[in-house]
Amino acid sequence: MDIESRSQDRAGSMIAVSLKDLAVRRGDRTLFEGLTLSVGPGEAVVLTGANGAGKSSLLRVVAGLLPSLSGEVRFERGGQPLDPAEARARHLHLLGHQDGFRSGRTAADELAFQVGWCSGTAEAMEGAVRRLGLAALLPLEVRRLSAGQRRRLALARLLAAPRPIWLLDEPLSPLDARWRAEVGQIMEAHLEGGGLVLAAVHDPLPLPARTCPVGEAA
Amino acid sequence: MTAALLLLRRELALSWNGGGGPLLACGFLLSLAVIVPLGAGPRLDQLAHLAPGLVWLALSLASLLTLERLFERDFEDGTLDLLALGSLADEVVVGVKVLSHWLAIGLPLALMTLPVGISLGLAPGQLPLLALTAGLGALAFSFTGGLGAALAIGARKGGLLIAVIVLPLFLPPVIFGAGALVAQAEGRSPAPALALLIACTLVAAVIGVLAGAAGLRGSRT
Repeated sequence: MDIESRSQDRAGSMIAVSLKDLAVRRGDRTLFEGLTLSVGPGEAVVLTGANGAGKSSLLRVVAGLLPSLSGEVRFERGGQPLDPAEARARHLHLLGHQDGFRSGRTAADELAFQVGWCSGTAEAMEGAVRRLGLAALLPLEVRRLSAGQRRRLALARLLAAPRPIWLLDEPLSPLDARWRAEVGQIMEAHLEGGGLVLAAVHDPLPLPARTCPVGEAA
Repeated sequence: MTAALLLLRRELALSWNGGGGPLLACGFLLSLAVIVPLGAGPRLDQLAHLAPGLVWLALSLASLLTLERLFERDFEDGTLDLLALGSLADEVVVGVKVLSHWLAIGLPLALMTLPVGISLGLAPGQLPLLALTAGLGALAFSFTGGLGAALAIGARKGGLLIAVIVLPLFLPPVIFGAGALVAQAEGRSPAPALALLIACTLVAAVIGVLAGAAGLRGSRT
């Protein structure tokens, strides 16, 4: 039953996200308003803007962690609207600045929890560990990992629990040149599989992507 | 269901990992048990008279001590975001975290009330009732504490805020828990007080879970 539902997931994973006339306010400052954007399956969109322009807030609004002042976020599969709460719980990954790893536990324990929490399998986790070169790091406590290693550990969750919508907040910033290229390839494979990427960045991603300016420049 | 078990396992592992939450709270409880007889003088009969109230005071303060860590670390390191994006409702997340707090900290504390009761001169025949009421009371404290800790997420001086929110809500279990022990000591049936203690625990469970989930949602803005 598990295999069946998973293959169904894959066949039906063509999910699109559209933002309509979105306005977001933090405190008494309006970060942006009138933002309209749609991202389809296989598409990557990068959000650009100055520090504090609202890129991270936008990602959190899409993930449902922040309310928007006005406008709406819609998830669609083959033109059919999806229930936002369920789409967020089952089809979406958010990779933010805070990765949710507890520093005192081993990388293996923390990754296994996150993968299990997102309904990933142990085999998929092994594959992700190999792809991201994490095998030697797994027995270490998370506090002993460098920023780049931590980010790779966080990315392993995205690979081990396949979900079509990836919201990434500066995914490459702590990585070295080699891993930037590798992660670029991972994202391309994700797009080829029908996934979509919405990423807040300062440096361009190593793959073709549309640009959406956020903030006062918008 | 599997997600809930997964979260419970992680919570239990975390409470024994780094910082020694249960040990710290038990140590606090025991030091109270040492301080009170030393401070109150050698009149054991007087002390035994106060013992039910003192045991419950110690239990509630020791529970309070551990509450700040319930959600704050998860908030700081982004775990709450991950939990919010999972398949479990906020109410279930709060319920699981509170239950693991009770299993990892509340139950050891309830057991630790036994040596405290003995040192305060409680009659040995009262110890089974003490263990039972303390276990129930610790569960009520965990649920009310979950409410306080969730409302205080992200607040500066969160620990103090939790104490102010939670201590008044600790009163009913303290009254009926200690009341059951007093009733038994005076030869009356402890059943009415015990029933009220159970009722308090159930009310705390409902309110703690609902208000705690509201607190989690509030912390995201």
